Amino acid sequence: MQLAVLGGFVAAVMAPLLHHWFGARTPLVMALLPAALAAWLIGQWPAVAAGEVLLLEWAWVPGLDITLTFLIDGLAWLFAMLITVIGALVLVYSGEYLRGHRDLPRFLVVITAFMMSMLGLVLADNLVTLFVFWELTSITSYLLIGFNHTDLAARKAALQGLFVTVGGGLALLAGFVMLAVAGDSWSLVELTRRGELLREHALYTPILVCVLLGAFTKSAQFPFHFWLPNAMAAPTPVSAYLHSATMVKAGIYLLARLHPAMGGTEGWVISLSLVGALTMATGAFMAIQHTNVKKLLAYSTVMALGTLTMLLGIGTQGALVAFVAFLLAHSLYKGALFMVAGILDHETGTKDVTAMGGLRRVMPRTAAVAMLAALSLAGLPPLLGFVGKELMFASVLEASAWRPLILLLAFMAAFLTLAVAAIVALRPFFGASRETPSTPHEAPRAMLAGPALLAVLSLLFGLTPGLLDPLVGATVAGVLAPPGETLVEAHLAIWHGINLPLLLSLASLLLGLLVYRYWDRLRAMLARLEPLMARGPEAGYEALMAGVVAVAEWQTRLLQNGQLRNYLVMTLLVLVGLVGHALFFRHTLEFDLALSFYFHEAVVAGLMVAGAVAACVMRSRLAAVAALGIMGFSIALTFVLFSAPDLAITQLLVETLTVILLVLVLFRLPRFASLSTPTERLRDLAVAILTGGLITLLMLSVLSGERLPRISDYMVANSQPLGHGHNIVNVILVDFRALDTLGEMFVLALAAIGVYAMLRFHALEYDARHTVPPRESDDG
Amino acid sequence: MEPLMAIVIGILFAAAIYMMLRRSIVKLVIGLMLLSNAANLLIFATAGMVRGAPPLVPQGLTAPEGAVADPLPQALVLTAIVIAFGVLSFAVVLVRRAWEIVRADDLDKMKDTDT
Repeated sequence: MQLAVLGGFVAAVMAPLLHHWFGARTPLVMALLPAALAAWLIGQWPAVAAGEVLLLEWAWVPGLDITLTFLIDGLAWLFAMLITVIGALVLVYSGEYLRGHRDLPRFLVVITAFMMSMLGLVLADNLVTLFVFWELTSITSYLLIGFNHTDLAARKAALQGLFVTVGGGLALLAGFVMLAVAGDSWSLVELTRRGELLREHALYTPILVCVLLGAFTKSAQFPFHFWLPNAMAAPTPVSAYLHSATMVKAGIYLLARLHPAMGGTEGWVISLSLVGALTMATGAFMAIQHTNVKKLLAYSTVMALGTLTMLLGIGTQGALVAFVAFLLAHSLYKGALFMVAGILDHETGTKDVTAMGGLRRVMPRTAAVAMLAALSLAGLPPLLGFVGKELMFASVLEASAWRPLILLLAFMAAFLTLAVAAIVALRPFFGASRETPSTPHEAPRAMLAGPALLAVLSLLFGLTPGLLDPLVGATVAGVLAPPGETLVEAHLAIWHGINLPLLLSLASLLLGLLVYRYWDRLRAMLARLEPLMARGPEAGYEALMAGVVAVAEWQTRLLQNGQLRNYLVMTLLVLVGLVGHALFFRHTLEFDLALSFYFHEAVVAGLMVAGAVAACVMRSRLAAVAALGIMGFSIALTFVLFSAPDLAITQLLVETLTVILLVLVLFRLPRFASLSTPTERLRDLAVAILTGGLITLLMLSVLSGERLPRISDYMVANSQPLGHGHNIVNVILVDFRALDTLGEMFVLALAAIGVYAMLRFHALEYDARHTVPPRESDDG
Repeated sequence: MEPLMAIVIGILFAAAIYMMLRRSIVKLVIGLMLLSNAANLLIFATAGMVRGAPPLVPQGLTAPEGAVADPLPQALVLTAIVIAFGVLSFAVVLVRRAWEIVRADDLDKMKDTDT
């Protein structure tokens, strides 16, 4: 399996090549990959259904305890199936949707890479591996939202999605590290077995906050929901796949997976059920304000994600059964509806439902598919959505915390969703026909196959929900307990008798139809709330981004202002501060100041200082060069006095050459000008003295410290026997450390080439200049 | 001798940094020269300064008699002196070229790419 997933990434990269061979049929060829994976998964089903856990071991970085081990239990199986089956359908669909699109190969590369990342995410057993795949899905999502990269809005939406999910990803990483520390394992299977320990650990609250931040941003929970509707700038197959069926459910998957390890505490229950319920209501409420079919669906996805989070928060077995049923129902109907939305956009050239009408006459099959899927979205019998919604209401009635509020929000979400379903399914297909930018035809078969299959599945499972019992049982077992430890018997039914959930459904049906009836008037009323909406979380995001840019600009102006001196001053002050701190506070300054020197040595030292200081203060360039020379030759003298004849020779040679070079070159340059103000000079002097003083102190403390055994002793002893040389310094240079010398030769050769090249260019330019009048005099 | 050298080297460093903080490019180059000399001396002096015992093996012997000056810092400094010269010559020619083209000795006038 790991090979298949990693191979999938290779296949993704191969897409352009495949496109070269197969042309427009490439998506069909690529769809074979998820189809084969789905077939393999189905082969594993008997084992999974029996409650077995498949652990496919694969060491990755053994030293760091990072593995590529895949874990397949009921929960992972369900998600993997959704990813592969819907993935295959979406690939087939996109072949038609993007037929002839210039960037089809690029699309295939990214969407296949996404598919593999998502599979890796739901199958990974190791936290680090999971995180890597998690971030990969964020990046591929970014690339897919921004697929139309010439569109500013798409780029902005892509960046927003990336920032929100990756920002959450950072928190998640911190959460994972703490989780691994607290549970003493990176393996999810192990961690879920240590639930008791984790829930009582001192780090539990920070872990919970970080993990929830990661999951909530990824799954577009309130107040991070705003990126998802904006992500609708992506091509419709992407919206159908990433932003409804798979990626946005990654956060939900993570919460479900960690449920045995971290669930059940008060913090978990309250934050999940409240945030979930709020997200639900927000999504449904925002949905009915839009007329863009994709935005309508996107907000209803937000609502569905909220429902799933809320059900996980409630956490009873009944709620978890509802969770799985709702998850499955949503993936089926929302995938279908998005693909229908893509068909509408493709055929009519508009996404605005108010601009369409009467389409059932020209595209009856699409209308039928849309009706089926929308019935499921509305939660009406006999579709799977109904089963999900009934179970959802039943679970909300079981909620332990904040029950009335959650029930109210859930009811509101239910009737608004019903209105959304009616808008999406009735508005474009019924009523009078309208002029649309392009003339609509029935959708091509390849585009209709996917949504039709999903819609029919919704109907099939709705009529005989018992078919799903083993799957729901196996999945709930994975959420309820560590993988492979319990078996859960689940029974889905379409008819539970006349009970409170059914009455709630009826009430929401009536209210929903009312909302649909007066939708146009309602929208006009809600439009008046615009100023209030403008202050929502998205405004917060914008303000944050603007703030980041402002701070970046401010600190760039301050620190990166292009003045070399400022960089230098900053670097030196930091150096002085840190080293000085270590020197004074971590180290006892004890100096063994036994000053013993001869008079001539002091004179040489004095000459050095005089030369250096004179080079700084001299106004004339010649005098400065001469002062430098004095210093250089005094250094050579020091080398002579203190047993370094080779150094003395080299220094003398180099110093002579330097003086000649400077005299030759500097005379063609201008005189020293006085460019700095006295304050600047004082500041520079202070920095210089601080640094110089620090160096002196450092050297003194090094001198008073203990000497470690010298490497040189080996070199002194072996210079003659091994290197056959009597001058030890020379033997070191050409033998013991010959590679250093080789490197030095390269540096010199490069410098020589550079000097030659610059002088040569000068000569060429000089020749050229002699043919035109000289620009200005050259003796400045 | 080493404590005295410590003070001398501190002054050399201070002078080098003062010059490197000037706006004139020529002064910057002078600062670089001072800095390389100061660093060489620092390495040389920190290893211990020994009078009259160069690291040489007398003819006919396999090792020097008695203690000699540490040869390793000397080898390092020797490399450094030569490289510093290479860098200096490159820098000087570069400054000259820059002057020919930009006609400015002021770093502040050269911080933008369009001058």
